[in-house]
Amino acid sequence: MSKPPENSPISFFLNGSPLSLSVAPGRRVVDLLREDLHLTGTKEGCGTGECGACTLLVDGFPMLSCLMLAAQLEGRNIETVESLEKDPVGEKLITSFEEKGAVQCGYCIPGMEMTALALLRNHPEADREDIRKSLSGNLCRCTGYVKILDAVEDTAKKLTAPKEMP
Amino acid sequence: MPTQISGNATESPSRSPMTIGLPLPRGDARAKACGREPYAADLFPENLLLAQALRSGLPCGRLLELDLEEARQIPGIVAILTAKDVPGSNRQGIIHKDMPVLVEDRIRYCGDPVALLIAENKEAIRSAMSCIRIHAEPSPGVFDLDEAMAENAPLVHEDKPGNMLAKATIQKGKPDFDACAAVVEGWFETPVQAHGFLETEAGTACLLEDGTLRMEVSTQSPFRDRLEISHALGIPFMQVHIHAPSLGGGFGGKDGATVQCLLGLAALHCPGRSVKMLWEREESFVAGYKRHACRMHYRLGALADGSLHSLHARLWYDTGAYAHLGPEVMELGMEHAAGPYRIPHNLTEGFCVHTHTPTGGAMRAFGVCQVSFAFESMMDMLAEKLKQDPLELRLRNALHRGDTNGAGVLLESSTSLAACLEGIRNHPLWQTRRQWQKEAPPFCIRGTGLAAVFNAAGYGGGVRDAAIAKIEMDVKGHFIVHNAVTDMGQGNSSAFLQIAGHILRQSAEALSLRQPDTRSAYPSGSSSAGRTTYTFGKALISACEELASRLINRAGLILFLQNDEGLVLEPGRVRHEPSGRSVSLEQLASFMSLEERVCLGQFIAPVCREVPDTSRGFFIGFPHVIFGYGAHLARVEVDTLTGRVQVKDYLALTDGGAVLNPSMFDQQVQGGVAQGIGYALYEDFITEKGVVKTKDFTTYLMPGSLDLPDILSLAPPVEEEESGPFGMKGIGEVAMNGPLPAIANALRDAGCRRIHKAPIMAEAVLGSLENR
Ligand code: FES
Ligand code: FES
Repeated sequence: MSKPPENSPISFFLNGSPLSLSVAPGRRVVDLLREDLHLTGTKEGCGTGECGACTLLVDGFPMLSCLMLAAQLEGRNIETVESLEKDPVGEKLITSFEEKGAVQCGYCIPGMEMTALALLRNHPEADREDIRKSLSGNLCRCTGYVKILDAVEDTAKKLTAPKEMP
Repeated sequence: MPTQISGNATESPSRSPMTIGLPLPRGDARAKACGREPYAADLFPENLLLAQALRSGLPCGRLLELDLEEARQIPGIVAILTAKDVPGSNRQGIIHKDMPVLVEDRIRYCGDPVALLIAENKEAIRSAMSCIRIHAEPSPGVFDLDEAMAENAPLVHEDKPGNMLAKATIQKGKPDFDACAAVVEGWFETPVQAHGFLETEAGTACLLEDGTLRMEVSTQSPFRDRLEISHALGIPFMQVHIHAPSLGGGFGGKDGATVQCLLGLAALHCPGRSVKMLWEREESFVAGYKRHACRMHYRLGALADGSLHSLHARLWYDTGAYAHLGPEVMELGMEHAAGPYRIPHNLTEGFCVHTHTPTGGAMRAFGVCQVSFAFESMMDMLAEKLKQDPLELRLRNALHRGDTNGAGVLLESSTSLAACLEGIRNHPLWQTRRQWQKEAPPFCIRGTGLAAVFNAAGYGGGVRDAAIAKIEMDVKGHFIVHNAVTDMGQGNSSAFLQIAGHILRQSAEALSLRQPDTRSAYPSGSSSAGRTTYTFGKALISACEELASRLINRAGLILFLQNDEGLVLEPGRVRHEPSGRSVSLEQLASFMSLEERVCLGQFIAPVCREVPDTSRGFFIGFPHVIFGYGAHLARVEVDTLTGRVQVKDYLALTDGGAVLNPSMFDQQVQGGVAQGIGYALYEDFITEKGVVKTKDFTTYLMPGSLDLPDILSLAPPVEEEESGPFGMKGIGEVAMNGPLPAIANALRDAGCRRIHKAPIMAEAVLGSLENR
């Protein structure tokens, strides 16, 4: 019979703030976020690494939180969709998703945005085909991706547009 | 005193009112994009219990006994319930109540629930699951149509001889193939499709002190759920309180009981504690409803000039273990079996057959995408035989207003299929198709295919298709739309805000929307059948008009005006145009009681005025009077070495009447086409001897961003639908019907032999290239 797993202390940065907590090292990160920390913006669509709905950024790289264990967070810098509004690129993404009609049921959207955020931070010049490739691990059942691609492309354009002269 | 309350409103309207026809951003987009929208799966109330069903794993047999003692001892297990613990009828089903909440003895498919575990945590559930022994006596089952219809086949339900759940015919005229100059014939087969919504079936429930069973659940039918729960669990109807937040996708798969009765049962056993049920993806694949697999035989004849003359269609729908909406799905397929064409003679026979496999249910294009494959393939076969252009053949036969359709129904509503087809004819993707074909890269061939499709909207005859909308102005002069039809992602709630804003002349900031709640909204039917915006939208228009005139009237009283002339609603106020004086809505609200600030509106969808005597064996849902139409074009490229098919371009022209919001119109079309391309090329829910083989997204393939072209959606100039809100009609379903036949036709155009079976896999394509 299973014993309740023992907790261990871990410390990491969550959306810019340091966080220390005691958690079972084998707890899935998606559960830690959603159930323990009530950060439910990160979604679970499959639990087996196939849909991308649970994507978050670990030290800037997109990772699947359904496949990560709490112990792997130690010392890392975690970003979830809840931080987007305060992020300069993230805020642009939100606005583009809204304006370009990219959001339907919305369940895939946080994962899409986090993947796009990592891409555009490093490659603001990404074109539609780059974006299409980069989002290929994120399933969406509602949109057919057209408007999602439109949105990310729109953000990329805003990021690379020459700054207006005063 | 008038001086205190009138005068020019201080804040000038900065924001413009919402307007019908503009591509306004959806009201829910920002919250969803920020991760703030609360879905049923996102709720984690204090002191939460978890519930999970133990499923039989056996497709057919008799449940003898469950060894639960060891499992019950596991720390954290609160209760393990079986059929004996179900207080009511223990039966669920929207129309046909044949599905147990927990199995008593007969096991009819591998997902049949035999026990319900309630626990403090997931670990306890996992441990308990692994030590429950199910003692069952397996028996031979029927796992496909042939087995189910064989002589002396084992029965899925004893009261359904021959495993025949339903059998019906539509007969219009008398098919006579001898009178035809060209006759084509073929068998077609379509697979089981899974809805694949990213939010699996989920909900939380709690039995409150006053006896209310409160449930927040991912459902397309919150009002009907009360009936299901009260029937199955034997509790008073009014004690069930359902709230349906935004859904993470539905597509029909959350129409009817999924978690509801199990969750209610768990809550009844743990008063005062919230219980959550969230199906894992695998459970969703095994136990969720599915699109019916279908086998079809078609015989179609035309006169020498291409006019359709006679059709004989036979359709077999595999409905799985339980009835759910099986007969209704089949009947809608039958009603569409002759395509969106004028055809004087049609005999369509339908058979809805039980097997020991997961239950077929509602899914976008409800029985229709199956027959679309057959009739649109037949149209191309006919064009080939007659040596006619496939587009012109369709145009020649296309339904217009005033025609009778294949089911014999006189079309008195908007019917603009021809405009969609003409849109294709004039489009460069069609006009340049031969040049494009010639430019195929080495070892590739290219082809272009068409499909003309339609899909009924609404419940159809025999069921009242009605909605009651409620609009409220709060004490601050802010408006609340009380939505009563679930938003599963299609955006009806945003359309409702746009409708309310348009009529009340308010900007988006002045309006909010409450998602369906059975205690504050009114029964308005399910979110299905392309009816949500149409039916509820109409009801909402009358509610908003009533409120608008009430506000104007009150403002007139306050401003000491003789009558309402010259008073207009503007963002935040009512203004008297001649004098320029105005009253803010907040001021108005402070003079109105709650009762005065709420308006209801009701709408009942039109029904057929003269029901033709063409159908036999139908229960409800016949006939329909309003249809959305579409014409689709697919350009495909085939790798002749591997058989891989790529859809290079896709164009969909859709007749949805007037377009309320072009952006949301495209959303529905693009999403429907994407699901249709998945259906055509990738998606195949497989069971072997009743056991599910495709339980994850690695084995069940849905299209990703690299698998789809940039689907182009256009709204051609069409007739408005006079009966609909601002002239619209539902288009949630019709787009699903085009891709499979359009792609099949494109493959034929590329030089493959005709393909009759979906999904169209690379192997079949390679095979179709041999000895061409
Ligand atoms: S939930 Fe993590 S990839 Fe699907
Ligand atoms: S918007 Fe629904 S899954 Fe992407």
